[in-house]
Amino acid sequence: MNENQSNNGALVQVEGVEKVFHRGSEDIHVLADVNLQVPAGEFLALMGPSGSGKSTLLNLIGGLDRPTKGIVAVGGERVDQLSDRALAAWRARHIGFVFQLYNLMPVLTAERNVELPLLLTHLSKAERKKHVATALAMVGLSQRANHYPRTLSGGEQQRVGIARGIVTDPTLLLCDEPTGDLDRKAGDEILDLLQALNREHGKTIIMVTHDPHASARAARTVYLNKGQLTNEPVK
Amino acid sequence: MKFIHLVWSNLTRKKLRTSLTLLSIVVAFVLFGFLSAIQQALVGGVELAGADRLIVRQKVSIINLLPISYEARMNRIPGVDFATHQTWFGGVYQDPKNFFMQNPVEPENFLKMHPEMILPPEQAKTWLATRTGAIVGRRTANRFHWKLGDKVPIQTPIWTQTGGNRTWEFEIVGIYDGKDKGTDTTPLFFRYDYFDEARGGAKGQVGWFTIRVKDPSQAAAVAKLVDAEFENSPAETKTEPEGAFIQGWASQIGNIVFIVAAILGAVFFTILLVTGNTMAQAVRERTGELGVLKAIGFTNGRIVALVLAESCLLTVLGGTLGLGLAWLVISRGDPTSGLLPMFFLPIRALLIGFGISLALGFVTGIFPALQAMRLRVADALRRM
Repeated sequence: MNENQSNNGALVQVEGVEKVFHRGSEDIHVLADVNLQVPAGEFLALMGPSGSGKSTLLNLIGGLDRPTKGIVAVGGERVDQLSDRALAAWRARHIGFVFQLYNLMPVLTAERNVELPLLLTHLSKAERKKHVATALAMVGLSQRANHYPRTLSGGEQQRVGIARGIVTDPTLLLCDEPTGDLDRKAGDEILDLLQALNREHGKTIIMVTHDPHASARAARTVYLNKGQLTNEPVK
Repeated sequence: MKFIHLVWSNLTRKKLRTSLTLLSIVVAFVLFGFLSAIQQALVGGVELAGADRLIVRQKVSIINLLPISYEARMNRIPGVDFATHQTWFGGVYQDPKNFFMQNPVEPENFLKMHPEMILPPEQAKTWLATRTGAIVGRRTANRFHWKLGDKVPIQTPIWTQTGGNRTWEFEIVGIYDGKDKGTDTTPLFFRYDYFDEARGGAKGQVGWFTIRVKDPSQAAAVAKLVDAEFENSPAETKTEPEGAFIQGWASQIGNIVFIVAAILGAVFFTILLVTGNTMAQAVRERTGELGVLKAIGFTNGRIVALVLAESCLLTVLGGTLGLGLAWLVISRGDPTSGLLPMFFLPIRALLIGFGISLALGFVTGIFPALQAMRLRVADALRRM
């Protein structure tokens, strides 16, 4: 199995995944027998109503959580079987996250925020600076590198979030409602950027959204409803 | 080092809270510095005491005198290298607040007994040739701007001269320095022969003897022999190592070490709570951010290290500032005009202080750090 392709030519392979949360004596079944393949270079939208398990599935693919049952593999590596420590290192190497609320460190400038994932690499200070400058240039924020998040607009903050997500050139970019907190114009700009990253740089992107306007930008859309994955929109 | 910016930024995000916590740590360490200096002044001499020196005093009390004839008998006791004596003079210079120790001594034996006092050979020679000559420590010489050749009057309530005069005049013929920083350079020493001839009473009596033993490991046995020698005489003796003698002197005030430890224990316990609360709050407020760090690949160990680095940076910074401030003030000298001649901040206290600040950082940071470590990423991200 090579680095980027698993069985069936898929970069991401989810097989028979179940996720159950325990709240006291109650078991909450969030995902049930989910199967999903995402080929390398695809821009996939994952849609569904609130509570349908979209973010949970994204967390499982990104190694932030483990399935109760089933297989999650990325680039041929069984993510669900890695130890906590190995999983953290794997995330640093292979996954870029973009969050709905940007999740930037308010005490760090844009460039320091983007630099964070690079602190876990062996790159020198000069090399880190170069990578950060490239990532910020890709999202069109070179001029705002020294600004703190509070002085940036929502759209700009999300661009910083995307730059942080791509600065290590990850295998997979996972976006959880990346336009959910933005107005239409800023949201469109972010979607343009994600589309460009996918088309021009070949990034594999999985985007969780409940906005049909956003999912329309993806090459393929799958739907989650009550923990079940379908190819049909939820009625 | 590449994480230092992140640690520093987190530490300074709530400037007022961090400043107040830092200030409380600084105050605690200033207090630590002062109490260490006071402890040093009161019991520091114990550590500097010669292991080969014994002090022989009158068994009933140090204020009771001993006959000088004991010296020759002591010199004959097996294990004794030689003995010499001193007597408490208890004078002041010009004003009662200008107190410092002055004792009559036998110059040659005294200098031989105390190699920790460095006196230039030519000044020692002058002292031996000048009956009213006195040597004084550098600190007192500087304090009163005395120089060689000065004649200084010292008033004493204890010793009157044969004519009834209580003012004794001495010529400064030597200024000595200490071999170590802890050596007391405040006393003045003058010649016993001049003192004994001029005093109106108690002639041939001295305050206490100092004995040098040939073998320090036999000091206890020699002390027993000395006391046995004068048993059942009108002036029985009590002989003890110099360190124990100084300790006993300081103990008249109380158990200094215990008092200092008790005060500092209370202070540092309070600081522990203050800093611990600051760190706990800081981590609680950043749950979401910690989740982000974990999501992008920071391991649990690295998260623990970041939180600990933050708490340790805070306490070490506060400790260093506090100790530095204390050192600056303490290095100006004894604030009591002579009652605490060895008032200084020893390097050992600085190192202990630094160690305490580091330990404080670890203890206050470890629980928030473990709390941060246990955070589940998915849960933490929801709290952003």
